[in-house]
Amino acid sequence: MALLEIQDLHARVEGHEILKGLNLTINAGEVHSIMGPNGSGKSTLAAVLARRETYEVTRGRVLFNGKDLLEMKPEDAACEGVFLAFQYPVEIPGIGNAYFVRSAMNAIRKFHGQDELDAMDFLPLYKERMKILEMDDKLVNRSVNEGFSGGEKKRNEILQMAMLEPKLAILDETDSGLDIDALRIVAKGVNAMRGPDRAFLVITHYQRLLDYITPDFVHVLVDGKIVRSGGPELALELEDKGYGPSEADVPQALPA
Amino acid sequence: MSTTANNTENENATATGKLGTYLEAYGELIAERQERDPVWLRQLREDAWRRFYANGFPTTHDEDWRFTNLAALAKTSFQRAVKGSGTVTAEQIEGFRVLGAGCRLVFVNGHFAPELSDVCDLPNTLEICSLERGIAKAMEGSASNGSAPVGCAPEGIEQHLGRYADLRRDVFTALNTALWDDGAYLRIHRGAVIERPIHLLYVSAGAGAAIMTHPRTLIVAEPTSHSAVIEDYVSIGDETAFSNAVTELVAGQDAVVSHFLVERENLAAFNVSTLRLELARGTNVSSHSILLGGGLVRNNVHPVLNGEGAECLINGLFVGAGRQHLDNYMLVEHAQPLCSSRQFYNGILDDRARGVFHGRIVVHKDAQKTDAKQTNRNLLLSDDARIDTKPQLEIYADDVKCTHGATIGQIEEEQLFYLRSRGIEETSARNLLLYAFAAECLDRMPESPAREFVAELIRVRLTDLAQNHQVAVLAAPVEEETQHWEEVR
Ligand SMILES: Nc1ncnc2c1ncn2[C@@H]1O[C@H](COP(=O)(O)OP(=O)(O)OP(=O)(O)O)[C@@H](O)[C@H]1O
Ligand SMILES: [Mg+2]
Repeated sequence: MALLEIQDLHARVEGHEILKGLNLTINAGEVHSIMGPNGSGKSTLAAVLARRETYEVTRGRVLFNGKDLLEMKPEDAACEGVFLAFQYPVEIPGIGNAYFVRSAMNAIRKFHGQDELDAMDFLPLYKERMKILEMDDKLVNRSVNEGFSGGEKKRNEILQMAMLEPKLAILDETDSGLDIDALRIVAKGVNAMRGPDRAFLVITHYQRLLDYITPDFVHVLVDGKIVRSGGPELALELEDKGYGPSEADVPQALPA
Repeated sequence: MSTTANNTENENATATGKLGTYLEAYGELIAERQERDPVWLRQLREDAWRRFYANGFPTTHDEDWRFTNLAALAKTSFQRAVKGSGTVTAEQIEGFRVLGAGCRLVFVNGHFAPELSDVCDLPNTLEICSLERGIAKAMEGSASNGSAPVGCAPEGIEQHLGRYADLRRDVFTALNTALWDDGAYLRIHRGAVIERPIHLLYVSAGAGAAIMTHPRTLIVAEPTSHSAVIEDYVSIGDETAFSNAVTELVAGQDAVVSHFLVERENLAAFNVSTLRLELARGTNVSSHSILLGGGLVRNNVHPVLNGEGAECLINGLFVGAGRQHLDNYMLVEHAQPLCSSRQFYNGILDDRARGVFHGRIVVHKDAQKTDAKQTNRNLLLSDDARIDTKPQLEIYADDVKCTHGATIGQIEEEQLFYLRSRGIEETSARNLLLYAFAAECLDRMPESPAREFVAELIRVRLTDLAQNHQVAVLAAPVEEETQHWEEVR
């Protein structure tokens, strides 16, 4: 059984149809990358999978681990193992970073009938993973993302992912705004989590990230649909030639 | 013509009719206190009574009461609670205890309840007693010409009581001054550092009729002393009551004082609290108002910065649901140069609750280099909730810095989604966001048992609110209110 199975997904935002019949299957252990022009619907797909209520699904079916994902609330999807690293992580003044992650972990543990972690169990683990991501200790008690630099916000998303250990991690342009060192660190964090039980959906515009996180499949999303799929080499080709249809797909102009 | 005359007569008749129960209460009280009140106090009461009786309760035509309609208060006939009305046991008030408090005075329906109070372990640098006892002792003292009794040296009472709270400006202060039965008297000696907060618990306990109390508190913080006082209003049972409290807090040079007002009465309660702060040179005084309960609440905070370099923090949180009406009226007077005042009020309103923040700053002629700041932030959780916020500046000096800002917003869908996307269930997520907003107010309090105490009250209140609130929120950006200072000349 596939981990994620999307069939003929249509979704709209504020009355505009953005996803127009999207199909995608992801198996556990795989890394998929989605590329595509601005506004093509990549973040919309991510939001629908994370069950954001302002995105309305009008048609189609999504199964996650055999369960109907579209029936789930955001918190249920998260507890089932869906994680979204946001393109634009929101700042939440007044809620401590570590406190937030511990609350999230405990919510998920509770869902699975596990005991809650207290601060003593949690903190060493949290700090250890922070160290891997080369994050400053002082971010522990700062409010969630408040006053974080762009790079710190993105690393904070990966840190949360590392703590929550999802089955499917969707990374929405986690690479944008990162300098090359930060990119390497983030990729290291992601690669450390690759494994047979976990899948990744990596949304990006750049081959740069895929040099570090090698995908098994690359898909091109244009105007709400996947128009092409291929292996890692497709990303290189896209970087070279843009998102237009491949030459093979374009009818050859007739010789004069 | 005759009809008009009749109408006028009728109106007058009903107006005095409405004040009739107050007149009765006043007559009763004066008769009771014939022997007990010293002459100066009798005069003060009489003057206050005249003020109140001549004016009656304000209407919404009065600019200071524009957003708060007192009709329901005015038409209820409240009885003065006689001593011993409403029996309260120690168990009943056990739940109101403040952990870590140094001592506690308990008042039941406006009367001191020594058997419920707890004043052991007092440092000898702190005098605390009921105001009535203090005055009684002062009377004995002057009669026998002996020294003041142990526990309370009440010579400060005459010097300070009624000197600051302005009964000419405010009829509720006048009413309180005329009708108070009892309250607390505190004197913190020069240089004393009182580590643990002093808890003043004012309990309204149903006595079979709508009762009124007029608690009066006098706090004299002598120079360079440090102290914290919690004034706490609670009710037992769900009967309606009217608490009209006045507190005068006098801070001597370089004194540091924190005052906490906690309003957690039942939803049928009317509560008018007036806190008058007098700040001498170099003082650092903070007022923290936590309004969680009460049906109709008016919270008046009136600091006068009356010595160079005085600093005043006016911090507050009001949380309303149902049909609660929570009105905050700030009057910050800068009377001397180089003082700074900071007003921060956060409001959370759900259902049909209504909040008011009226922040008035007066900078007197001599108060050069005044630095005054005012911020009011509000979260509205329902379409029917409402906040009226009104900044007002009255300025007679030329070298001053005054800023103000007000925001009105809703819980942000983006933040709520972020929390939920990590597995946190909607109610908890909402609760976390509410608490984060309220925590801005807690962060402005020094770490202390008083802060722990109010933090817990807030946590419980917000959990209730998050649970009751099942209406879906729509994406709603925080809108900056473009309200300008109203200039008063
Ligand atoms: N909340 C919203 N309200 C209105 N329109 C929206 C909203 N979210 C997305 N859209 C619109 O939907 C379309 C797809 O947006 P989406 O964010 O999914 O694109 P994207 O592929 O992630 O683009 P980018 O590469 O720029 O991140 C865009 O035209 C965008 O303007
Ligand atoms: Mg996007």
